[in-house]
This record gives sequence, structure tokens and C-alpha cells, in this order.
Amino acid sequence: MGESRGGGCCPPMDLMRSETMQLVQLIVPMESAHLTVSYLGDLGLVQFKDLNSEKSPFQRTYAAQIKRCGEMARKIRFFKDQMSKAGVIPKELLEKESDIDLDDVEVKLGELEAELVEINANNDKLQRSYNELMEYKLVLQKAGEFFSSAHRSATAQQREIESEDSQQAGDDLLESPLLQEEKSIDSSKQVKLGFLTGLVPREKSMVFERILFRATRGNIFIRQTVIEEPVIDPSSGEKAEKNVFVVFYSGERAKSKILKICEAFGANRYPFSEDLGKQAQMITEVSGRLSELKTTIDAGLGHRDILLQTIGDKFELWNLKVRKEKAIYHTLNMLSLDVTKKCLVAEGWSPVFASNEIQDALQRAAFDSNSQVGSIFQVLRTKESPPTYFRTNKFTSAIQEIVDAYGVAKYQEANPGVFTIVTFPFLFAVMFGDWGHGICILLATMYLILREKKLSSQKLGDIMEMAFGGRYVILMMSLFSIYTGLIYNEFFSIPYPLFAPSAYDCRDASCSEATTIGLIKVRDTYPFGLDPVWHGTRSELPFLNSLKMKMSILLGVSQMNLGIIMSYFNARFFKSSVNIWFQFIPQMIFLNSLFGYLSVLIIIKWCTGSQADLYHVMIYMFLSPTDELGENQLFPHQKTVQLVLLFLALVSVPCMLLPKPFILKKQHEARHQGQSYAPLDETDESLHVETTGGSHGHEEFEFSEIFVHQLIHTIEFVLGAVSNTASYLRLWALSLAHSELSSVFYEKVLLLAWGYNNVLILILGIMVFIFATVGVLLVMETLSAFLHALRLHWVEFQNKFYEGDGYKFAPFTFIFTANEDE
Amino acid sequence: MYGFEALTFNIHGGYLEAIVRGHRAGLLTTADYNNLCQCENLDDIKMHLSATKYGSYLQNEPSPLHTTTIVEKCTLKLVDDYKHMLCQATEPMSTFLEYIRYGHMIDNVVLIVTGTLHERDVQELLEKCHPLGMFDSIATLAVAQNMRELYRLVLVDTPLAPYFSECLTSEDLDDMNIEIMRNTLYKAYLEDFYKFCQKIGGATSEIMSDLLAFEADRRAVNITINSIGTELTREDRKKLYSNFGLLYPYGHEELAICEDIDQVRGVMEKYPPYQAIFSKMSYGESQMLDKAFYEEEVRRLCLAFEQQFHYAVFFAYMRLREQEIRNLMWISECVAQNQKSRIHDSVVYMF
Repeated sequence: MGESRGGGCCPPMDLMRSETMQLVQLIVPMESAHLTVSYLGDLGLVQFKDLNSEKSPFQRTYAAQIKRCGEMARKIRFFKDQMSKAGVIPKELLEKESDIDLDDVEVKLGELEAELVEINANNDKLQRSYNELMEYKLVLQKAGEFFSSAHRSATAQQREIESEDSQQAGDDLLESPLLQEEKSIDSSKQVKLGFLTGLVPREKSMVFERILFRATRGNIFIRQTVIEEPVIDPSSGEKAEKNVFVVFYSGERAKSKILKICEAFGANRYPFSEDLGKQAQMITEVSGRLSELKTTIDAGLGHRDILLQTIGDKFELWNLKVRKEKAIYHTLNMLSLDVTKKCLVAEGWSPVFASNEIQDALQRAAFDSNSQVGSIFQVLRTKESPPTYFRTNKFTSAIQEIVDAYGVAKYQEANPGVFTIVTFPFLFAVMFGDWGHGICILLATMYLILREKKLSSQKLGDIMEMAFGGRYVILMMSLFSIYTGLIYNEFFSIPYPLFAPSAYDCRDASCSEATTIGLIKVRDTYPFGLDPVWHGTRSELPFLNSLKMKMSILLGVSQMNLGIIMSYFNARFFKSSVNIWFQFIPQMIFLNSLFGYLSVLIIIKWCTGSQADLYHVMIYMFLSPTDELGENQLFPHQKTVQLVLLFLALVSVPCMLLPKPFILKKQHEARHQGQSYAPLDETDESLHVETTGGSHGHEEFEFSEIFVHQLIHTIEFVLGAVSNTASYLRLWALSLAHSELSSVFYEKVLLLAWGYNNVLILILGIMVFIFATVGVLLVMETLSAFLHALRLHWVEFQNKFYEGDGYKFAPFTFIFTANEDE
Repeated sequence: MYGFEALTFNIHGGYLEAIVRGHRAGLLTTADYNNLCQCENLDDIKMHLSATKYGSYLQNEPSPLHTTTIVEKCTLKLVDDYKHMLCQATEPMSTFLEYIRYGHMIDNVVLIVTGTLHERDVQELLEKCHPLGMFDSIATLAVAQNMRELYRLVLVDTPLAPYFSECLTSEDLDDMNIEIMRNTLYKAYLEDFYKFCQKIGGATSEIMSDLLAFEADRRAVNITINSIGTELTREDRKKLYSNFGLLYPYGHEELAICEDIDQVRGVMEKYPPYQAIFSKMSYGESQMLDKAFYEEEVRRLCLAFEQQFHYAVFFAYMRLREQEIRNLMWISECVAQNQKSRIHDSVVYMF
């Protein structure tokens, strides 16, 4: 497997091939294991393999430590919760991380938690009695109102009864039936009426009343009043809406029932006295105790805030430490214990270039932990496929993300990301050609780039995060769209004669109505891009369409050719001559004899200014290749050339389909035969054979499967050559849509508003124009052009060579701990 | 519309079916159970569960754990799932989901009534109630003295009210009465649920009929076994059997006259699906019967997931989760009491 890095075809290029990886084995003495892993985590270049995957989490060596860390993490979450409730913001982590001991942290956390829990419990107790008193006060007030109002109406009624006996006080009956009853029934029959007062949650009040009614068979009288502001419930400590109730009943049985029901509904009862004087006394008493409690609670809260503040000072430090420790122990759990139980054996992938750094880290760890024996570092041989690791920087990482979103490159496969850096923004810009819009996007992305430091440290929204992550891609996109905008000569759909005056001018004064008929060429051809005089002419669209369509095909054919050439480099790199001869070459011939030829025709037509109909040429090249071309002839012997090309294309299809499966079969048979008599040459490998176990079993060779696979590939390529070329026409379609949309906004909104000669309408028009430009053209059009560029890369370009079935290198590192939010 | 569920089911039920199948994928597997059975203490169990769907429910529990905490938190997860699904459901699925909880309501009513009969504290009883079977005025049950009051005061507002029509007596409550009440209610509930599923039709009725019939038959067997040697008459006993299921009606006649476990066995072995269950047990033994029934139930519930576009998956999921919580409780208890040798006695593996 390509160990000679860049030795074959091309100079070493970091991004073209992923880093050469090696499977390394580390044998670390027990006492320095923790420090070693910690240093390797700082380094972040080793991906540990789980050597204990058959063991369940708590059977592993360091399960107890992980449990400890989990416990500490729980305490830290508890603190975080408490701090956010109290509004304490933890202090930012200082640059220099002072070394702290985990045991100290654990003790400290335990103490602080106990203290905090105790303070909270005390506060809760106080708060509870405070809330109870609060409720009591409310009951006193509201129930007092009942009684006084009832009393008033009763006395009024009494007076009425006294004055006119016959009149029934019907409307007052509801107000005070019981008291009235009390008065009217003579004292011998009078039953002792008791009453209960309290609070009941409002949403339960109806049911409460209903159940009371049912349970006592209607022999109660209940009054409820709504308390406007929510009350804090003493038992749950949460705000709840409640009603004050007074229940009048008669008899002990009823009382016990009502008490049970109150209990069942969570209705808090409070004693209440009928005597007005006592009520007033109670109210003052309760108010006094309330204010007393308030000061106590405030003192308690102040104490708690101070405690939380001290926690907040160290919070981030502890949090980071605990997360780091947990990560270290998780990694240690992946190592297998040596038979002697004196050292741990680690296996993992690391890039070859990092060997020295890793060894250095091992030595430092051994030294710092005063270990008597150093760690052993050795490279293992394996047939496993290593992970893919590209060393990207902040500029290339976003592009690599775009490629990885399709599929992570196979180990050391040619990386399309290299070309994507340029082709992606370029194809985007072909669809988004307007240098006015380009400048807008450039300004937006410059803002992101200039404030990079500040923005990267803070948390952004979902969409903002995406835009920020792709800021350099957007920068490239905007630069390219300024470039293509200059070529299309569009600035918010208006052309400017930037580089020279237009080459054409009016023949006479009558050509003010812009048509090409009245124009004559007066100067040299416009030096760069589109002549502004085309704008607004009747032939503008046909001209641009023809130009952009042909340009799309040229771009498409060249990008597809690039893709096929990449497959050649892959084949060379992996030393597969079958792929060169029976995949790369027939594919090249097929594509270029059809669409390469079309491209050549386009160029010839541009150069010669011929009037030939290229559709006709292409279609009749298949339908009746022997017919005379007539007026569509672009160059001499065109018919012969076409026949040859057609023949080549037809021949290349079976070349793609048939030989490869047979050759593969033969190769497999040869290898298989050799294997059964292979000498035992690699005996030294038996030392670590258990680590690479199972990898040397010969793979199954299913001929029919391979053949069907090849058949599918061939069909896909042949049909794909046509459909992919057609797919590149989206470049033309989107660029047309973009320029048409922007000219509609310009003409139908801005110019129309200008025409009214009214300031208000003009302002309105400008507003609409700005919003439409930003919303539709800058945001939505950008997204759609981005999407189409993405598709052209993923499908049309990458399916020519890219396998994308690798897996990413995921080294053990501490960087995650800084910004991971659980 | 039978046979056309594929066309219309997803309009209202597609999202929830996806949700419930996702939940199903989160059920513990045999590998999980094997790991759990090797735990040394409750913290190990917590640690293992933290890698499962229960993780977020257990992560903030301080370290000396109790079995009750684990069970409580796991039940909370079930309740959250259920509530989420209920919120999203439309008719008739919401009614179907409501039906699932009626069983728990009956159990809770019985629990509270029995508790008050034995002078237990109401709050303590409420904590023991299954959260799925809670309703507004449940605590008021403690006030009632007899069945009529029970109905008139509290249950008339609950969905259980119609089931009460058969057991309205003015007798004072005692243990026997309550047990009969539970079974009568359960019978009415199962029959109602069965009828409702028939009304829905399609795959739902097909699968639910099977599941509910099994449930009814299991209850019939349990009633028979539990009533052997009590003063319950044959007629009364027969009244408690649900009027559907594989045993209905001939099996019920025979079960009603059984006097010992071996006779029950004789009756049940005539029915091929139950033959397998009973053939596993030795004669005169009823200890392992529960487990055997649970295993058979789990097998049937798992099969419900094999078909698409029906509501039985919700029932199956809820039941499987409950079984899983029972398993967890058993494992935790065994671990906590150092009875690891008995750990496999009662665990029912699912997948």
C-alpha cells in the first residue's frame, strides 16, 4: 500500500493524499500510564483502539475512577444548576492552567456540595414557613372579607326583616344564607356549625367543591375567592394560582370527611377565628413574623450567594479538570492489561510524521512520573485500512468538510478537495455572476473574517455558526462572483463600460431605440467581458443564452475530464494497471469522442463564426453517420473524423465492461494458488499476530458479483456521460435566472418608483428593492447556487473517481473539552 | 379501512409510529441484561444504564442509590414517552392510548382502597401508585366506605365509571370484596378495550385481539389458581372471567370447577398455545407460571412490531417497557441484597 509517499506521480502534496498512518503499539508501565495518556491527549495525534470491546464498562480496569469522575461531574452539574438559578456567572478560565490534584478537587467538591445542600435545606425550611405564613395572611384577609361582608348583609337584612316582614330578601340570600339561617331558626333547633378555611389550587377548585358536595350530600356551604397574584406553594416551592375557601359544615362526621378531602386535594388549612378583634391581632402577628422571617431568609440567601461566588471562581477550572480526567480514564479503559499486570498495552493509529512527538511525550511522561522503566513505542504491521487524516488549516478545512459530507476519502485516495478549493467557488460564481452582489457578500464575509478571533470564542446561532464555519469558502465565492460579474458585465443587473467605451455606436440619430440594426462597430472589440451595449437589446437573451450554454458545456466537459484523469492518478498510486487500461483509457476515449468533440466544435464555431447547427451535427452523427453534412460542415473531412470517433466510442464500451472482471478473476486465482504453497516467510509477525488476527483470511471472490458490479459501472458511465453533460447546463439556467431576477427587481421596482417623481414612493421603492435584493438575491440565490455547485461536485465530478468509503482519523484530544456543551 | 392502512395510516399515525419504533430500538437487549447481571452494586447498574436511554434520567442521582430510585426514574422515562405520544395523538389513537392506562388506574384504585382499609397514610400510598394510572381526585378515594360511595364520590368522573356498573354493592369494603372488584373492573375493562379494538378494525384489531385474548386467558388462569381454597363460589368465579379469548366459553366452564393446580393444567393443556407453557412446569408447581406467562407475552408483544400501520405497537411498547422495568427492579433488588444467584429467575429477555 503506497508507502512511498509522493514517490510515484506527483510531488508531495499534503491535501492530495491523506497522511500516511501507522498502527503503533505502546507498552506503558502502570505508574506512568495516566500521565502518558494525558500528554498524548495534549498532543492529540493518536487514535486509540478499543482493546477491551468485549468487556462491559464496569468490568474495565478504571471503572471505579470513571465512577468517581461521574460523581464529580454530577456535583459540578449541581453547582451549575444552582449558580444559574442564583444568577452567578462562573469566571472565565484563565490562560494558565494551574495544576490541581483530582483528589483535592473531589474533597473540595464534596465539602462544598454538603455545605450548599445544608444551606439550601435551611433556606427551604425558612422559605416554607414564610410561604405558609404568606398563605395564612391571605386567608385571614380574604376570609375576613367574607365574614365582614356576610355580617353586613345579614344585619342589613335583619333590619329589612324587622321593617317589612313580608318581603323576602331574595337577592341577599345567596350572600349570606347560613348566617341568615342562623338568625331565623330558633335557637333550640340550631346545630353547631363549624367551618374550615384554607387555600386550594385554582385548577382543582371546581372538582374540590364538587367532591365536597357529593361527600356530604350537599350539607355544606362553601365560599371561594380568587387570589389575583400567584402564591408560592409551601410544599412544592413553586408558584401556583390558588383560591381561598371557607367551608361551613355541621357535625363531626362531615368534618372528618372534609379534612380527608382537603388532604387529598393538597388544600392547606389554616385556623381562623370569627372574632374580629382576634383577626386583627392575628394579622398583625403574622405580619410581624413575616418581616422577621424575611430578614432571616435574606441573610441566608446572601450567605449562599457568597458560597456560590467562591464556587464560581473555580468552577471552570474544576469542570475542565474533571472532564479531562474522565476522558483520560475512558482512554485508559481502552488499553489492555498486560499479563504481568505491571504495564498497559495500547494500540492506536497515528500519522507517521508524529512518531517523534509521540516518543517525546512518552519520555516526558516517564520522567515526570518518576517511572523506573520507560514506555516502549513500536510500529505494528497490519492489513487493516488506516483512518484518513488530512492536515487542514482554517482555510482548507471548510472545503474539506464539503467533500467529507459526501464521504470520507479512502485511505490515501486522491482528494477532490484540492480542486474543489478553486472549482467550487468558480462554479458557484458562474451561476451568481454579478459584481455588485459579489461585493455585498464580500463585505459580509469580511466582517466575519476580521472579527474571527472574537466570534470563534463565543457561541453563535445555528445559521450564523454555519456561515462562520464556511467564511473562507464564502470569501472565495464572493471574489469569484465579482470576477464572473465583471465578465457578464453586471452590477445589480446594470452594465457599466468599465474597461473601455462600448465598441459599437449608432449609425445615425434614429437608433435610440436600442436594436443592433442601427449600430456599427466603431472601436476595437470590448477588451474584457461582455460589451455593455448588449444590455436591453432585443437580441440580448439569445446571445447570452448561446454563450452561457456553450460555456457550461465546456466547463462541464473539462471538469469531467479532470475527474477521469484523477482516476488515472488513483490507479497509478494504488498500482492497478487494470484500472488504467480498462477503465481510465476507455472512459477518456468515450467521453472525449462524444462530448470532447462537441467542445471542439463549439470552439471552432466561436473562432470561425460559422453558422453551423451543432445540435444537428451531434444528433445526425448518431442517427445517420454516413450522411453528407452540407452546410453544417465546420472543417474538412469532418464526416470521416466523426465516423472514427463514433467507432472509438462504440469500441470503448465493451472495453470498459468485459476485460476487467476476467482479469480480476485470473489475478485472484493466481494469488490463491500461490497462497496454499506460500513459504513461512513472515514468522516474526507471529509475535503480534494476535493483534492483527483475522486480517489474513483470503477474501471471497464472487465472479458474478464482480461482473454485475462492472456492468452497473459501465452503464452508469455511458448514460452518465450524456446526463452529466446535460446536468452542467444548470450553470446556464441558474445564471440566467439570477440575472433576470435582478433585472426585474431593478426595472420593475426601482425604476418604476423613480418614475413617479414622488419622494415617498421612491423611498418605498428603494426599501422594497433592498429587501428583495438581500432576501431573494443575496440569501436565497446564494443558497441555491451553492447547492447546485455542491451537486455538480458531488455527483458529476466525484463519481468519476472518488470512492469515499474511508473513515476519519479521530485522535484522542482535549480540545473537545473546551467547547463541548453537555 | 381494512387492507388500506398503508394508504392512509401515515396521515395521522406515521409520526407516532416512527417515534414508538425509535423507542422500541432503545429497549435493553440480551447483551445489556447480561452486562447488568454481572453488576456488583447499584452504582454499576447506574453506570451501565447511563449508556442507555435511561441515562439522562439517572445521571443526576447522588451516589448511594436505592432500587426504588432506579425504578422510579425508569418509570418516569416511560411516563414521559407516553405523555409525548399522547400529546401528539389524534382520534382514535388518543383513545387507544388512553385505554392503555386504564389498567393502571384500576390497580391504583385498588391500591388506595386496600391501603386505607389497612389504615395506611394516604401520601405514602400515593407515592406507591403507578404514575400512569393517576387521575385528579385519586386521593379522595380514601374517604369512601363502600363501593357505592366509591363510585358516587370519585370514580363517576373517571373513565372507569362505566366498568363499575357490575360491582355496585353497599357492602362495606373488605379484602375479598376489593379483589373481586379489581377483577370485575378488569374484566369490564378488557372487554371494553377488546370491543374498541374491534371497532378500529384492520391490523390493529387483528393483533390486539390476540394480545388481549392472551391477557384475558392469563387472568382467567390466575383467578382460578388464586381462588382455589377460598370461599368464592364456582358461579362467582366464572363471572370474573372475561367473555372473550381462547378459553371462552368452554375453557371457562372447565376452569370454573377446578379444585387444584393440576386440574387447571389439565384444562389448559387442551389448548395448543398454552400447552407449551404448562409443559415446561413440573406437576403441582405454580411458581414458575408467572414467568412462563410473561415470556409468552413478551414473545407475542415483540411480534406486534413485525407488522406496520397499526396501533398495537403502542400497546406492545408500553407493555415491554413495563416488563423491562420489572426486570430492572428484580436485577437491582438481587444486586442490592446480594442474591446474585437468583438473578436469572425472573428476568424476561426481550430481544
